[in-house]
Amino acid sequence: MSIGHTLLGLLESGPRHGYDLKRAFDEKFGQDRPLHYGQVYSTMSRLLKHGLVEVDGIETGGGPERKRYAITEAGVTDVQRWLATPEKPEEYLQSTLYTKVVLALLTHRDAAGILDIQRAEHLRSMRVLTDRKRKGDLADQLICDHALFHLEADLRWLELTTARLDKLRAEVAA
Amino acid sequence: MTPPPGSLLTARDLRKAYGPTVALDGAEFSIHPGEVVAVMGPSGSGKSTLLHCLAGIVPPDSGSITYDGRELAGMSDAERSALRRSEFGFVFQFGQLVPELTCVENVALPLRLCGTPRRKAERAALTWLERLEVDDLGGKRPGEVSGGQGQRVAVARALVTAPRVVFADEPTGALDSLNGERVMELLTDAARSTNAAVVLVTHEARVAAYSDREIVVRDGRSRDMERAV
Repeated sequence: MSIGHTLLGLLESGPRHGYDLKRAFDEKFGQDRPLHYGQVYSTMSRLLKHGLVEVDGIETGGGPERKRYAITEAGVTDVQRWLATPEKPEEYLQSTLYTKVVLALLTHRDAAGILDIQRAEHLRSMRVLTDRKRKGDLADQLICDHALFHLEADLRWLELTTARLDKLRAEVAA
Repeated sequence: MTPPPGSLLTARDLRKAYGPTVALDGAEFSIHPGEVVAVMGPSGSGKSTLLHCLAGIVPPDSGSITYDGRELAGMSDAERSALRRSEFGFVFQFGQLVPELTCVENVALPLRLCGTPRRKAERAALTWLERLEVDDLGGKRPGEVSGGQGQRVAVARALVTAPRVVFADEPTGALDSLNGERVMELLTDAARSTNAAVVLVTHEARVAAYSDREIVVRDGRSRDMERAV
C-alpha cells in the first residue's frame, strides 16, 4: 500500500493535522498495522517537498507547534493517477514457495510436507479472516473477502503443485 | 484401539476398495462434540467414501469406526439405520429434498420417521425454518424455491432431530459465493449452538475456512493438518 497516496487521499476531504491523519488512517486502513507517528511526519515532509501538500496553518498552544496540511492541485492529480493505475499482481509468495519446493526436491527433502505446512498456514489465515468477516461490518467483509480470494488462489496453486510433484521431481532431476 | 479422549466419532485404519479401485487406504479420523472438521482433498481422493463409512452408509473392508463408545461394525442394520435417523443429520450438494412434499413437510420428515406426531413435527420444522431464515417458504414445494433457499431447507432438515453429528457433503457446491457463505454461516452457527459435530466434505478452501480444523485425504490416506505444522 502507498502510504503517501493514502494520506493524500484522506486530505482531499479537508485540511488535517498529522495526528488527525494518523487516526483516520488507522481507523480506515490500519487494523492490522497502525502507522507510526514518524511515518506520518516523514511522509508529509516528502509530500511537502514535492508540492503535493502545503501547510495550511500552524497552531502554537502550550506544547509543540502543530502544522495543518492541505492537499494541492498537484496532489489531487497525483491521487487520481494512482487510483487509475492498476496494481502489479503479487508474485512474491509463489516464487518463494517455488524456490523452496525445488530446493526440497533437489536435496531429497519432503517437498509435499513443505506444501502441506504452507497449506495449513494459509487455511489458518483464512479462518481468522472468515471469523473477522462474520463479526464485522460491510467494510470488514469486503476487505476480508479480497484477502480470502487471494489466499484461495495461493491454495489452489499449492494443491496443483502437490498434484504435480512427481512430474516436477523428474524435471528437477533431469 | 481406544478412541482419543472426548472423541465422539473415531475411525482407525479404514480400508475400502471398489473392485480394483482403492478408495480408502488406512484413513484415520476423529471429531469431538461441537467441532467442525473439514475433509478436503482432490476429486477421487476418497473423501466422500470416508464420509459414507463414518456415517454407517457404506461398511469399510477393514478398520474400525467408533461412535460414542460403540463399534459401528457391531451394530445390526436396523441399529445403524436408527442411528442415522436419530443421531446423524445429512446435507448433500443438491439438497435432495422430496419434491412432492412442501418445505415444512420435508423438514418434518426425519421426525415423522422417528414417530413424532405430525403437528409436533411440523412445529419443530417451522422453528428450524425460521432459524435458517426461510420460514416464509414452508408451504412451497422444492421446485418452487431457489437453490440457496432449498439448501437452507436441507440444513433445517438435517438439524431438526437435534443430531449429534451432521455430515455435510459439498453443501455449497451448487451455490454462488454469497448464498454459499450464508448457508455455511447458518449451518455452523446452528451446529455450534446445539453442540453438534460437523463433518464437512469440501474441496473449497473458503468453505473449509468455516471449520475448526481440517484433514486432507489423498490417495485414500488422511493427514491431520494440525499435525502438519
